[in-house]
Amino acid sequence: MTTSTIKTATTPAPAQPRQRKRRIGPGWFLVSPSVALLLIWMIVPLGMTLYFSTIRYNLLYPGENEFVGLENFTFFLTDPGFFPGAINTLLLVGSVLFISVVLGVLISALLEAADFGGRGVVRVLLISPFFIMPTVSALVWKNLIFHPVSGILAAVWRFFGAQPVDWLAQHPLLSIIIIVSWQWLPFAILILMTAMQSLDQEQKEAARLDGAGPIAIFWHLTLPHLARPIAVVIMIETIFLLSLFAEIFTTTSGGPGYASTNLAYLIYNQALLQFDVGMASAGGLIAVVIANIAAIFLIRMIGKNLTDQ
Amino acid sequence: MADLKIRDLKKGFEGHAVIKGIDLDVNDREFVVFVGPSGCGKSTLLRLIAGLEEVTSGTISLDERDITDESPARRDLAMVFQTYALYPHMTVRKNMSFALDLAKVGKQEVESKVNEAARILELGPLLERKPKQLSGGQRQRVAIGRAIVRNPKIFLFDEPLSNLDAALRVQMRLELARLHKELKATMIYVTHDQVEAMTLADKVVVLSAGRIEQVGSPLELYHHPANLFVAGFIGTPKMGFLKGTISRADASGCEVELEAGCRIILPRAAEASAVGTPVTLGIRPEHIGVTDAGAGSFDVTADVSERLGSDTFCHVRTTSGEPLTIRIPGDFRDVYGECLGLTLDADRCHLFDAEGQAIRPLMRQAA
Ligand SMILES: Nc1ncnc2c1ncn2[C@@H]1O[C@H](COP(=O)(O)OP(=O)(O)OP(=O)(O)O)[C@@H](O)[C@H]1O
Ligand SMILES: [Mg+2]
Repeated sequence: MTTSTIKTATTPAPAQPRQRKRRIGPGWFLVSPSVALLLIWMIVPLGMTLYFSTIRYNLLYPGENEFVGLENFTFFLTDPGFFPGAINTLLLVGSVLFISVVLGVLISALLEAADFGGRGVVRVLLISPFFIMPTVSALVWKNLIFHPVSGILAAVWRFFGAQPVDWLAQHPLLSIIIIVSWQWLPFAILILMTAMQSLDQEQKEAARLDGAGPIAIFWHLTLPHLARPIAVVIMIETIFLLSLFAEIFTTTSGGPGYASTNLAYLIYNQALLQFDVGMASAGGLIAVVIANIAAIFLIRMIGKNLTDQ
Repeated sequence: MADLKIRDLKKGFEGHAVIKGIDLDVNDREFVVFVGPSGCGKSTLLRLIAGLEEVTSGTISLDERDITDESPARRDLAMVFQTYALYPHMTVRKNMSFALDLAKVGKQEVESKVNEAARILELGPLLERKPKQLSGGQRQRVAIGRAIVRNPKIFLFDEPLSNLDAALRVQMRLELARLHKELKATMIYVTHDQVEAMTLADKVVVLSAGRIEQVGSPLELYHHPANLFVAGFIGTPKMGFLKGTISRADASGCEVELEAGCRIILPRAAEASAVGTPVTLGIRPEHIGVTDAGAGSFDVTADVSERLGSDTFCHVRTTSGEPLTIRIPGDFRDVYGECLGLTLDADRCHLFDAEGQAIRPLMRQAA
């Protein structure tokens, strides 16, 4: 809305400039509340974060908050948790995306192809994990499935005479990846399944006449048809997965050590466990930069796919 | 060679019969058109032939080979869909070569076949485009090209022209006719447009409610419809129908008394016992003559006229309220509301019994 108004303002038609000018007035006036609200919504927190990130501001040591320049940033970047946190963030986002897209495509293709009674029930069951609160599902996984004493997996291990695994302690990042994938796979299935239903039946019939088997149809028709919904899934999941927090907080608390700490958790750690608001703000800004780098790559890769069809 | 034989074919969807027993032969190099009103089962019959639907009972054989339970890919048939069903993310070239690529045909051969099809259909400059960058007529040609490259025994078309505008439809109709001759192909074509049926077909199959009403050449159907349904379905404007009863019958012919108020002697064999039975007389618009009121066989009231330039279709209503259409020269004056006299050409009349079956003329029965 705002951009279109600006465009008309910068390229006035020479024939009737006066009329143009008069039209801009009320346009600006009418959109200004929403623009102002959006600006305040963004600028104020960003400005405050910027400000906090350049001062010494620790809640444990009240007193004057003197200006320290980029010290907070250097501290955050050289924090022993920063490097593992960044790597863990990438690993988490990457593997959950991979699992949810690959399994999502396969499961929704199977659901589409298979014709059995109770398909509706299966669909609802497949999608339901998405509606469970992250904290709740993380706790369920922690106490009922992964738990080395009372967990289901432990029972299975014991049944086969093996030593139960303490998942959250021995494979913390893998455990979190499993939990988060379990939550986000339904989202992928939901989007991909609906997209699959919109595939033209006659195209499939034409392909059958052309001699394509189910696998060839999947490869040459279904997958290209799904390119766009897959892009949507990747975009949306990336946005949410970059700021993953509740699952880590309720299960491993980022440990052991920094083994399951991601950037969001690291910032929380700085701000609320060490009460260092200044350093947490600096971490937040670094996270924003990293998220933007990821976004640029994503838009390069996928945005083209989204717009050009 | 491509001889298709369909025997006692039936198809039901969840117990609801759609195709109710079809026997049909399609001979090599024939252009067969299925016509019929909407919902009569034309598409279903075509899809049964293509193998896209499973038959409920009956057999389909192609060149003595039973293909009833064969998979669609191995029937050696190609189909052109009403919505074209092009693969949207493949180029025109890839669309056409898809079947050959799947069949692992050599690169060189694929190339030459695609180029040949593109030449026939004048698609050369469009080969690298995607379907969405094409016009409707071009997409249609790509869909046909996709069928041509496979060199199938039979081409199946399901209302391929119904998404095109009128001018393009006429052009594509001619192209299809040319293609049929050029490729020496066997084609089965579904349409509900009887102009397409009449102009393209060697053999027209008129379907109604899952049954064949009549099979024959276009002119055979036009001149000798087997029953009221075919008589009313083939020909524009529609054949006019007048109710009547047989009032006298002997070896030389029978006299029909029409409710419209006249008697007419027709060269039809009828037994004396037939006197009094109700019949329907059919007459095509071009076989009715117009004179002044009182001078013809019976009088009618003129309704509106449709002027097409070359012809005028004058709609009239008989005294018994039956509508008739008359085809007269284009410069006929407007006669709305006036009383006209009509003459019927007795040799061109069609007579149908109470069941709607045609009563054949004397000469044809003797022959
Ligand atoms: N998959 C299906 N399931 C149930 N009924 C069907 C199915 N396909 C077709 N029918 C029914 O079969 C009948 C014939 O359908 P069909 O598509 O063959 O008609 P058509 O002659 O091609 O009509 P049109 O000229 O409108 O295309 C219709 O009554 C339709 O409702
Ligand atoms: Mg149809």
